[in-house]
Amino acid sequence: MSMVNITIDGKAVQVPAGTTVLEAAKKAGIDIPTLCYLKDVNEIGACRMCLVEIKGARALQAACVYPVAEGNEILTTSPAVKEARKVNLELLLSNHKKECLTCVRNKKCELQTLSEELNIKDLRFEGETCELPIDDSSVSIVKDHQKCILCRRCVAACKNIQKIGVIDAINRGFDTSIGPAFGQNLADVACVNCGQCVIACPVGALTEKNVVDDVWAAIADPEKVVLVQTAPAVRAAIGESFDMPIGTAATSQMVGAMLRLGFDKVFDTDTGADLTILEEGTELINRINNGGKLPLITSCSPGWIKYCEHYYPEFLDNLSSCKSPHEMFGAILKTYYAEKESIDPKKIVTVSVMPCTAKKFEAARPEMANGDLQDVDYVLTTRELAQMIKEARIDFNQCEGEFEDPFGPASGAGVIFGATGGVMEAALRTVADVLTGKDIQEIEYTAVRGVEGVKEASVDLGNGTVIKAAVAHGLGNARELLEKIKAGEADYHFVEIMACPGGCVNGGGQPIQPASVKNWIDLRTERAKALYDEDKRLPIRKSHKNLVVMDKIYGEYLGEPGGEKAHHLLHTTYTKRERF
Amino acid sequence: MKSLAELSELRLKSRDKVNLREDKADTGSRRDVLICGGTGCLSSNSEKLKERLEAKVAELGLSDDINIIMTGCFGLCAEGPIVVVHPDGAMYSKVSLKDIEEIAEEHLKNGKVVESKLIGVDSESYDENCQKTEHTADFFSNQKRVALRNCGRINPENIEEYIAFDGYQALGKVLTEMTPEEVIQTVKDSGLRGRGGAGFPTGQKWSFAAASPGPVKYVACNADEGDPGAFMDRSILEGDPHSVIEAMAIAGYAIGANQGYIYVRAEYPTAVKRLNIAIEQANEYGLLGDNIFGTDFSFNVELRLGAGAFVCGEETALMNSIEGKRGEPRPRPPFPALKGIFDKPSMLNNVETYANICQIILKGADWFANMGTEKSKGTKVFAVGGKINNTGLVEIEMGTTLRDVIYNIGGGVPNGKKFKAAQTGGPSGGCIPASHIDTPMTYDDLSALGSMMGSGGLIVMDEDNCMVDIAKFFLEFTVDESCGKCPPCRIGTKRMLEILNKITRGSGELEDIDKLEVLAKNIKASALCGLGQTAPNPILSTLRYFRDEYIAHVVDKKCPAGVCKNLIQIKINPDICKSCGICSKVCPAGCITGEKKVPYQISQAECLKCGACIEKCPFKAIYKDV
Repeated sequence: MSMVNITIDGKAVQVPAGTTVLEAAKKAGIDIPTLCYLKDVNEIGACRMCLVEIKGARALQAACVYPVAEGNEILTTSPAVKEARKVNLELLLSNHKKECLTCVRNKKCELQTLSEELNIKDLRFEGETCELPIDDSSVSIVKDHQKCILCRRCVAACKNIQKIGVIDAINRGFDTSIGPAFGQNLADVACVNCGQCVIACPVGALTEKNVVDDVWAAIADPEKVVLVQTAPAVRAAIGESFDMPIGTAATSQMVGAMLRLGFDKVFDTDTGADLTILEEGTELINRINNGGKLPLITSCSPGWIKYCEHYYPEFLDNLSSCKSPHEMFGAILKTYYAEKESIDPKKIVTVSVMPCTAKKFEAARPEMANGDLQDVDYVLTTRELAQMIKEARIDFNQCEGEFEDPFGPASGAGVIFGATGGVMEAALRTVADVLTGKDIQEIEYTAVRGVEGVKEASVDLGNGTVIKAAVAHGLGNARELLEKIKAGEADYHFVEIMACPGGCVNGGGQPIQPASVKNWIDLRTERAKALYDEDKRLPIRKSHKNLVVMDKIYGEYLGEPGGEKAHHLLHTTYTKRERF
Repeated sequence: MKSLAELSELRLKSRDKVNLREDKADTGSRRDVLICGGTGCLSSNSEKLKERLEAKVAELGLSDDINIIMTGCFGLCAEGPIVVVHPDGAMYSKVSLKDIEEIAEEHLKNGKVVESKLIGVDSESYDENCQKTEHTADFFSNQKRVALRNCGRINPENIEEYIAFDGYQALGKVLTEMTPEEVIQTVKDSGLRGRGGAGFPTGQKWSFAAASPGPVKYVACNADEGDPGAFMDRSILEGDPHSVIEAMAIAGYAIGANQGYIYVRAEYPTAVKRLNIAIEQANEYGLLGDNIFGTDFSFNVELRLGAGAFVCGEETALMNSIEGKRGEPRPRPPFPALKGIFDKPSMLNNVETYANICQIILKGADWFANMGTEKSKGTKVFAVGGKINNTGLVEIEMGTTLRDVIYNIGGGVPNGKKFKAAQTGGPSGGCIPASHIDTPMTYDDLSALGSMMGSGGLIVMDEDNCMVDIAKFFLEFTVDESCGKCPPCRIGTKRMLEILNKITRGSGELEDIDKLEVLAKNIKASALCGLGQTAPNPILSTLRYFRDEYIAHVVDKKCPAGVCKNLIQIKINPDICKSCGICSKVCPAGCITGEKKVPYQISQAECLKCGACIEKCPFKAIYKDV
């Protein structure tokens, strides 16, 4: 690509033609404020915060989308630019519910940060404000229109990345709002609850449905035994809420803090992940050996499951019948563990800390129950857990702790579930051993790691069996892969699909990083690193080598993987759902 | 159509059928009766006139001699429904069902023009001495019809009538005699600038699109006319749809596109119907489709109906809408010439721009460039409305002064009122005050005054118009029509409107005027698209020329024009009031009371300021106190 020479605030810069002013300025060490811009997700130049003056242009231009051309002379802080940004921000603030002190995004709000950075001291404009009611119909996601600044980041995440598009701008002009068509509620449409909209939102307009108070109440109830489990991806991101660098594995601090919160026991969902691998691996081997429906597609991601039910019901038979790891583990806690510890299962409250908003919906599914006991009673997002830790005034960084007995720490295979390709890799580690009868040492399947949208791997077991696998993360990529399978262009045995781009590490329940971070750092990669490092450190890295799972859960209680008891407790069914 | 020769043959043949309209032939008892089928006259029942006339003509046994045709708009909408009889050139105005029978019997049967129904006779706006024929009335004689040349002349639903008046000759010439480069050069040399508003040089636009690489390109026509009161494009589409289709094919040839889209408002059903007929006929005659005139050039045209969003007149929003997306502008660059409809190189021109193209090709760039001024060539169509006698559609040579348009063509301001200002460019434009009435109507002269040519809306205002109220009117429109994508337009225009409401309610403060200026300046500089960037113009231009009116509202709490209801009082002059009680009877609020021999009084708290009492008072004792 040809290079062009431009000047930004008098500084000469050489960049490839077509580079945006924003990127060129970054290169020159000049920071331009943005609000609606989210790299690769939302590049629409709508919010007019990144306006710059380009000599010769009729009006001010949006730096985030304006491609530089040879000779451009750009001013990023001229009086006209500063005043325009201020007026536009004040206009946004004139139609924003300014309850910042009590807002879930207080001190983490991009609008608030910008107001401070742009030196807004006086709100000159006032008038009519949005009066739409809060949409709290969904089990997972709450939308407050009065805080929405119409940046469209959520719309882009839903439409461009997930390729679902259940929300968009409706009405026009001052009456524009973001929501499903025809004024429907989120619960009424084919939203999969992935929460990518929530982590895209710069303000407090989109949040998870908060159950912190319910969990506090359970903890305070002396009658209840509150058992908490945390998904692998939580440890890879929760540190961000406590000023740790992105990509820090904060397992020990997290467990220590949770113990101090008053949970009766703190367990690792990875134990559930190891169970999943044994069940799903068995299912895969059975399907391959007995001519079952292939490819087998993973069922850990509840966003993906709901997506499949709405948009690709023809693949429901391909879905593994396995419950997701935390649901399996929840079922085990209320049966095996209850029995073992002689606790009345009715007194047990299971809480899952998940990087995910869709898990809230999943936990509420009627089929995720054993009799009239739900496997999981409450799902907290990583953000809600951080909020509880802060509320309890616990010094997170000073905390230390280990997952508790009888389950203890699980395998490294369980840990990598949190990154795209992790379930596949974990499964391959076990399936390869089982099918070859060996203890294979080459266990890092790097082909399925990384953030490429669709990844493929072919594993030659050396005994004449070649397992063809594919991994997709983000539902847009999943769609692409499914269409390929549908068209008969691919014949995989095993497919992993995660609803969120990057997998659970970038789930809708994770700490929200502002665009100013996300535009320049790939959170998916950084957080995944923390998990792969932890996997490396763990003594056991294969699910079937997890002795707690094998000897205790299966040995003492379930019997064989894929056996009748396991089927009853650990497997589920799916339902075709309408798209409209 | 296999060849140009075939077209010429058809032209000659069709010529005979329309020659009466050239007013030359000695045709004995043959007559062509043209009935206006523009939306204005259609809504005054011109279709019924046609049916009645056909029945009457049959009854009189004249069917063989009388050719009844429904045409497009003649332009003089205030006088509609209009009926013209050729070759006499007799133009009848405000024709009723009874009149049409009289015209049939007297004029068509007996050959006697019905003098009493000729235009101008019952209208005060016409000079006693003016010749009562189409070609000599001032309204027409001061115009120069290029884009409107066939409107009111041909049957828009009959391609052969278009062909008779040289239709598709330009396309034939282009395809058989010219290279795409020569076509673009001709358009460049003509100096034609976009008639949709901004006035971008058309030839340059064509050359950008031509230079854009890619096997698939699109030509589009912007027929999403949305300015309040503007109907230039509608009239062209209703009266001469082929002129646009032919020009689009020429544009397709010039830039290398084989597909055209006409984006037309669904609220223009007549235009849509006639466009559909025209496209169908053009396909049938081989003037669209594959291998036109036996060349290897193929071109198809499809309609896309807009749902009535003003913003879809903005080119990138229009393209989104064509693609089936929400009508919202996209950032530019990339410009449509590089990445337009379906991300392919695309070129969009306005209806009126296209309507000039075929004439430029046939008569040459010089012919066109000789009309108008140095930087504004050719003619421009205006939809003239407001406080003017001849409301309607006029086409003038660029550079004609505003005074000429208002007084010589428009017949002046009614009721002896004083001309105050003219608004051009619709909600994106501004006001030209009376002091600038001799401004030549060109792109640059209008811009210099803080207004703009726009698509051609021209609203005339007199002393009874409040300029703050006018600004409010246009802003209400933009607030309604903002797409909502960027904050300056979505929220900024709303805040400006709220301030204007405050001012016209009488609660404005001087600080509000400053706020208006801050907002206006910033919205202009920072809105995403042309709609937002020009939305403050009505405020900026009224502030520029009529700041004293704003001050009067804010400081004196008065509306000098007596329009803003909160700022006026209706009063009864006790010295004149004869206590007749008529005012009390007409008052819808029942707030006028009095008794015999005592002057009546209005309760100000309840008065709606409707003015009904003023109108009815036989002694002119009631007045607006401003």
